[in-house]
Amino acid sequence: MRYLPLTQDDRTAMLATIGAASVDELFADVPVGLLLAGPVAGLPGHASEMAVERHMAALAGHNMPAGGVPFFLGAGAYRHHVPASVDHLIQRGEFLTAYTPYQPEIAQGTLQVLFEFQTQVARLLGTEIANASMYDGSTACWEAIAMAGRITKRRHAVLSGGLHPHYVATAECMARFTGDTLHTALPVLTPEADDAALIAAIDAETACVVVQYPDILGRIPDIAALTKAAQAHGALLIAVVTDPVALGMLAAPGELGADIVVGEGQSIGVGLQFGGPYLGLFGCREKFVRQMPGRLCGETVDADGRRGFVLTLSTREQHIRREKATSNICTNSGLCALAFSIHMSLLGGAGLARLARRCHARARAVATRLARIPGVSILNHAYASEFTVLLPGDARAAVRHMAKAQVLGGVSLGRLYPQASNLHNALLVCAHEGVSDDDIEALATALEGALA
Amino acid sequence: MNAPNSSGWRPEMTSGEAGLAPTSSGDRALALEEALIFELAAPGTTGVDFDHEDEGPMPELAGILRPSPPALPGLSEPEAVRHYTRLSRQNYAIDLGPFPLGSCTMKHNPRLNEKVARMPGFADIHPLQPVETVPGALAVINQLAHWLIALTGMHGVAMTPKAGAHGELCGILCIKAALEARGDPRGVILVPESAHGTNPATAGFAGFAVENIPATADGRVDLAALTARLGPDIAGVMITNPNTCGLFERDMKAICDAVHGAGGYVYCDGANFNAIVGKVRPGDLGIDAMHINLHKTFSTPHGGGGPGSGPVVLSEALSPFGPIPFTARYEDGSIRLIEEEDAGAEHPQTIGRMAAFHGQMGMFTRALTYILSHGADGLRQVAEDAVLNANYVLRSLDDVLEAPFGGAGPCMHEALFSDAGMANGFSTLDIAKGLIDEGFHPMTVYFPLVVHGAMLVEPTETESKAGLDRFIASLRHVVERARAGDATLKSAPHFAPRRRLDETLAARRPRLVWRGDAEAV
Repeated sequence: MRYLPLTQDDRTAMLATIGAASVDELFADVPVGLLLAGPVAGLPGHASEMAVERHMAALAGHNMPAGGVPFFLGAGAYRHHVPASVDHLIQRGEFLTAYTPYQPEIAQGTLQVLFEFQTQVARLLGTEIANASMYDGSTACWEAIAMAGRITKRRHAVLSGGLHPHYVATAECMARFTGDTLHTALPVLTPEADDAALIAAIDAETACVVVQYPDILGRIPDIAALTKAAQAHGALLIAVVTDPVALGMLAAPGELGADIVVGEGQSIGVGLQFGGPYLGLFGCREKFVRQMPGRLCGETVDADGRRGFVLTLSTREQHIRREKATSNICTNSGLCALAFSIHMSLLGGAGLARLARRCHARARAVATRLARIPGVSILNHAYASEFTVLLPGDARAAVRHMAKAQVLGGVSLGRLYPQASNLHNALLVCAHEGVSDDDIEALATALEGALA
Repeated sequence: MNAPNSSGWRPEMTSGEAGLAPTSSGDRALALEEALIFELAAPGTTGVDFDHEDEGPMPELAGILRPSPPALPGLSEPEAVRHYTRLSRQNYAIDLGPFPLGSCTMKHNPRLNEKVARMPGFADIHPLQPVETVPGALAVINQLAHWLIALTGMHGVAMTPKAGAHGELCGILCIKAALEARGDPRGVILVPESAHGTNPATAGFAGFAVENIPATADGRVDLAALTARLGPDIAGVMITNPNTCGLFERDMKAICDAVHGAGGYVYCDGANFNAIVGKVRPGDLGIDAMHINLHKTFSTPHGGGGPGSGPVVLSEALSPFGPIPFTARYEDGSIRLIEEEDAGAEHPQTIGRMAAFHGQMGMFTRALTYILSHGADGLRQVAEDAVLNANYVLRSLDDVLEAPFGGAGPCMHEALFSDAGMANGFSTLDIAKGLIDEGFHPMTVYFPLVVHGAMLVEPTETESKAGLDRFIASLRHVVERARAGDATLKSAPHFAPRRRLDETLAARRPRLVWRGDAEAV
């Protein structure tokens, strides 16, 4: 077995040192009858690297990779070009095979990266501080709601209809058990975000208002107005960003007044990977720091006075506070945070702004072309790189039809909201920087075919 | 680039050999310092080229645009590669040597796993593509689920939890849902004193009151005390097996029977599954739920703190409550993805969705690759070698280190020592820092809490005997220094990129983001 270095002679010698006659003597605490006599029945035995690779490659070959076809999906997971150096660097064993930096003297690499990451995230989101990452955007969103409850001592959250339905569902799953209550709504197919309905739902019981920016339909809510309305009732405004690339162009939610800004960081540095692992971004006001979930890296000095970094404020965390912790999170998304940070360092603010504008320009080209198809219209007045297309028929059928024509043409609202038939003719279409004019024409042709 | 700067990184502070002047750069040969990106980058630099000139934004966006690009530093590719490569060299990692953190299972990460996860058919597929275009992805999830169910002897598995603690949450929510479904709300979860901190944190997060149950003198759950506390208010227990003292809970089946008899459920923390994979099926012990850290037992890389993946195997009693989405395999061999739309018909009692999309696919491909490489026989050998290595460490050091439970018999996959016998003023921390100077990552320290100055050593099965002998010799040497009161140990590490760091300062005056030279420590 290629991953097991002990030889049979080693095992014999080690058993002699231990004073055991056999390995099974070491399992003597397992009650008789519970220790299996041999390998678990019905499962295959070990296999060569070549055989395993062949098996897995065959499975991979059954999927349709985004890079092989015209591709227009978003809705919380985004395809951007990731520079080759990012994947190369995260595969350095010193990053890849290190643990959470519990021994800071020999983990300064990871810790400095986390400190840089926290700074990048805070600057991007426009918040005073940020943590060292969460599992993903959806769980970061729930953690923000829970944190707002701790800060305001209220247990009612008002969620925008424009919040990603998986994020809503994640919060609903948790709230059902924690005793929090949620105000939720379905999105309404209007050109502007449903800010007015959201503001109307805020009252003196509201702990927080949760709004996605841009929202699930690609519309751009007025964070400043929503913040004002929330704060007038003593509630916090939580902004959720599912594609941080858009912040290369749009004003940062924190700078617009949001108290907590969370996001899905996948679109910078991390590939699609069928939905995970991704990384949650979490930024907020500095005065909330002791209510924050997750790991925090802080600057300090060593015994010689040299700058160094450590995990800090761990008195919030599960391994110290146990049942009184701010969150049960332990492992986060360190390697994805590294990928995000490297990609962000390569882009810089100037590159991120260009990337955002490039995606936006491509999105406008897609929208212009699709709007020429009879019966097809664009819902949004404004958008960054993703927008909603209204079709004359069921968008799920259109998506399937386009896939048969080798075009991944968008995400249907029917997939996201199976219970809301009034949304089923709507299609989310997202453009990335790699969309070519030929891709746009292929999309239009496939959609025309689907609608014919 | 990489020049000295005034922001707190002080080359003159570099400790040199006696009589030698510090270097002018602050570096010492291959011991390289590295500044922050914010100190290295010039404004406006970018390491990414774009094929096309961009156009201006649509007029409708006026008023919500950034006035200027985000204040983020940019590096050219050579600068970026050098920055991160230099930083990487300040990390210890499994690729450099043993990483014997107890309860963390830092085993070798096979590189085939990385290759497979990067196949475009896995790495470059969108979670919301039409399911017809991703049958291979659904097959990966389903095959891995099949292995996890078979290896644990359980009824079902929830694949979506994103890490161990998220899996604990999943299991605890399933228990809560099962109690609700039978109209029997119960408010208390029992947790042994030796439990991982995530156990009580999870139960608390899910709205349960947490009560501790004591341990016996031999380091196991006190069955009598546990049984005495059972009653109509006890929702369940959370027990780690093998436990955090590195011992198998001999009474696990009796515990499960007693808890079930009192109407509760048993959650098993599966962080230590590596000790028993292929040897014992937790389902045979009677547990109701157990998370499996794919980043421990099944070798997906820890990456400096994640990502993890924490599928939860469930008993027949809890399976109806598992989260969506999941894959279902039908008799004709077809595999379907059950999401919100089908949950009503296929899985009506589900707790719902614990996160966006379908789980940690990138970890599933790696874990399945690992499992197929080992097979049922190889996985059994994994557990045997992991346990053998830990017992070898235990018996090679129990003459100089007190093994509080070592006298009673063998340990499982980790060896537990206390700090008894050190010279006055010397503690576990000093031994850990001394090991750093020896070139090893220390073991887990001060955990479990039930042992004074605990040192928990988990070598894993991927250490050779020769490698273990070197580690044992070094640990013995450091312990002997601590027993003898060697004062230089108190200031270790001396040879690491940094000496002991001031954690009190970091917490008292938190500096979580870089704000320029003005804020230098």
